[in-house]
Amino acid sequence: MPGFNNSDTPVLRGDERTVKILICGHLGAGKTTLVNTLSQIAPVSTEEVMTSASTAVDRLDLPHKRTTTVAMDFGRLSLTDDLVLYLFGAPGQERFFPILRDLATGALGALVLVDTRRLADTYPILQLVEDLDLAYTVAINTFDGAPDHPDGRLREVMDLAPDTPLVKCDAREWAGSRDALIALVRHLLTRTPEPAR
Amino acid sequence: MSAARPSGDDRLVRAYVVTSGRWSPSRNTLDHITLISLTASAAHLRHTHLNPEQRSILAALAGGAQSVAELAALLSLPVSVARILLADLLESGHIITQQRITQTATPDRTLLEAVLAGLQQL
Repeated sequence: MPGFNNSDTPVLRGDERTVKILICGHLGAGKTTLVNTLSQIAPVSTEEVMTSASTAVDRLDLPHKRTTTVAMDFGRLSLTDDLVLYLFGAPGQERFFPILRDLATGALGALVLVDTRRLADTYPILQLVEDLDLAYTVAINTFDGAPDHPDGRLREVMDLAPDTPLVKCDAREWAGSRDALIALVRHLLTRTPEPAR
Repeated sequence: MSAARPSGDDRLVRAYVVTSGRWSPSRNTLDHITLISLTASAAHLRHTHLNPEQRSILAALAGGAQSVAELAALLSLPVSVARILLADLLESGHIITQQRITQTATPDRTLLEAVLAGLQQL
């Protein structure tokens, strides 16, 4: 099934269950691309405002600035008649932490996109996701011309826990992007205990 | 999305004018993905006291339910501002949310299994 197509954007009744997954990654990792590849609605972007909490960081460039706006891309997928998944492309900068904490509340988990040409940029993102207490899966976005390191080497460089899944996908391609989400949800299930009987 | 958007600061001022200067909603139960729909009585309720943004919200909901995040994007308003406007419309009886807010620390296994099955059959 292809991504966005105006004619088959499902209309919601309002009583569906909704869940959200955060798509994280450094600048240029492919967050927006992946959201747009999978979304069944036209790509949308919303803004959030940060108030005085960020002034310590913003003070350097603009003394009187008390607010910062940050754009977040998001998409929507109807999984079943009763279940809707929202994907939020989350800004990776540490100073947006208050907004991310709000967004991460109630999220199932995070998919962390990585460009292997910018592995060092991924460290703060992984730290951020861990600070948010989100379970995550790392997806290497297979950009044309990006080096294809062995998984063991990538895990070592990113210092991934042994049980953190590492997958590869091309964020422009629907099936691979969908499979990356499946890997994440499988991982989330392994971390969620069976209900006591 | 709207073609011409006011630049940052102007728009922020406008955003908080429409909430009458309030920075937090009258109730704090609206997540980004909370679905909002019109009440059956919305069409019969008074609209005269509503501001243009709130009327736009009601118009956007005429075609079906929308999440808080989608409504905010449609109106080019920050999510935090949309939450305030929506809380007012909830109290005035124009809109409802039929969802239970799920903010539990541990995700529900049944829900995760449903998400997995849904993704696999797309």
